[in-house]
Amino acid sequence: MQALSVSNLTKKYASGTEALKGVSLEIPEGDFFALLGPNGAGKTTLIGIATGLVNKTGGTVSVFGYDIDKNPEEAKAQLGLVGQELNFNPFEKPFDIVVNQAGYYGIPRSKAIPRAKQLLEDLGLGEKMYQSGLTLSGGMKRRLMIARALVHEPRFLILDEPTAGVDVELRRSMWDYLKKLTAGGLTVLLTTHYLEEAEQLASHVAIINKGEIAAQGSMQEILAMHDGSESKDGYRGGKLEEVFLMLTSDK
Amino acid sequence: MNNYRRWISFYTMVRRDVVRMFRIWVQTFLPSVVTSVLYFLVFGTVLGSRIGDMQGVPYMTFVVPGLVMLSIVTTSYSNTSFTFFSSKFFARSIDEILVSPTPPWVMIAGFIGGGLIRGLLTGAIVLLVSVFFTELSLSVHSALIILGFALLTCLVFALAGLVNGIYAKSIDGINLVPTFVLTPLVYLGGVFYSVHSLPAWWQAITYANPLFYLINGFRYGFLGTADVSLWISVAILGTMIVVLVSINWYLIRKGLGLRQ
Ligand SMILES: Nc1ncnc2c1ncn2[C@@H]1O[C@H](COP(=O)(O)OP(=O)(O)OP(=O)(O)O)[C@@H](O)[C@H]1O
Ligand SMILES: [Mg+2]
Repeated sequence: MQALSVSNLTKKYASGTEALKGVSLEIPEGDFFALLGPNGAGKTTLIGIATGLVNKTGGTVSVFGYDIDKNPEEAKAQLGLVGQELNFNPFEKPFDIVVNQAGYYGIPRSKAIPRAKQLLEDLGLGEKMYQSGLTLSGGMKRRLMIARALVHEPRFLILDEPTAGVDVELRRSMWDYLKKLTAGGLTVLLTTHYLEEAEQLASHVAIINKGEIAAQGSMQEILAMHDGSESKDGYRGGKLEEVFLMLTSDK
Repeated sequence: MNNYRRWISFYTMVRRDVVRMFRIWVQTFLPSVVTSVLYFLVFGTVLGSRIGDMQGVPYMTFVVPGLVMLSIVTTSYSNTSFTFFSSKFFARSIDEILVSPTPPWVMIAGFIGGGLIRGLLTGAIVLLVSVFFTELSLSVHSALIILGFALLTCLVFALAGLVNGIYAKSIDGINLVPTFVLTPLVYLGGVFYSVHSLPAWWQAITYANPLFYLINGFRYGFLGTADVSLWISVAILGTMIVVLVSINWYLIRKGLGLRQ
């Protein structure tokens, strides 16, 4: 079963920008999948279409076999989204934000409250639970968004740059937490600009550039695209970084 | 999503909005109390005694239904226009609902539900305030008609406010209509006078004002007398609901201007 199946997806914004020019990709159930690409490549657009926040221009998308046009409610019920931009009302308390999110998925409060408390504790927000969202630091806001995305126990979690602005230690604990969830069968789609992070975590990768998939495959296959030679200029990042630059650089 | 889950989602939206309006009651409920106290003082107590009777009842008793209506109309309208607009504009918290399996019509119902409750509560508060000013001599002809008109009026203006919230591109876009359209329509719709005390040409204009029929029907519930037949009022209210539901339905299908 494919957690996400995207076929020939196109998106042209009203402004005329062609953000996606026929993208196809498959994410198998249980996979940890990294979607990588430079700024403006179309990652957030792709995620927006899959989660119902952006209308597509052409192509098809299905989530666990549910077509997003024909069965939008079933498709959405499978998904949890941690968006790139902060999108919660900062005047509300983290506890309420997470409990209400469960409500939108049809989960009654009696069930949602213990789950929300547990998630917020697990993500280190136990003490901030009942304070206004305004009092959260940047990293705490991200973690709140993760708790919110998990409260309905989705089978498929999409994270759009969740670690931007999160310190090293927290980032590690965040990944440990997510690894635990993937061990329990959760499928993850991650976008990040920290390529070492992707290299360590993901088992499959797609590199998207200017609205087109430049490469797609298992992490080993992608890494093997680079011959291992030292780059000319002194600086050298991980191997994935070299492949990424080779595929997306204009030079 | 089965109906039980839809109901939970709807309940969540309404509950969230009600919690919000009580948390900021100074901004949501107090203004209506303050303005209605002022109206009752000025028009009821000070001027009312000089005006004497209107439609055969003391002026104060005549004015109460109109003032309750004024608060109902403006609060139910501004509640939906503001909550919808702010959730799409500030912090985009509407994404929380958009990513969920909540169907668009349940989302609409959720926003309307909040407006309905705020409108009815505010109307009840203003009515309570009026009781003090009329020395408990408030006449009630038919509680059912009063409640029915209050409910349907809330529905109409919550729906209208939602249309405004959907189209608004800036915060000014939701403040303009209440100030320049709603308030004048309510004032000129016979809150303060019986239409029969107007010159013929002004009467004719008043008959083109939909708010006139709502106030007329609502007042009938209190006084048992009306400027025009109750059935005309009901028909106008029904027409407005049908038109507004159709507009909202059309906007839902278009994606409510929420998706790029
Ligand atoms: N709402 C919008 N209206 C018009 N154009 C848009 C809109 N959102 C994105 N775009 C354009 O679509 C293209 C893809 O943007 P997108 O946000 O999907 O990129 P991204 O890969 O997520 O980039 P980043 O890594 O910077 O987050 C860009 O050219 C962007 O300018
Ligand atoms: Mg992005």
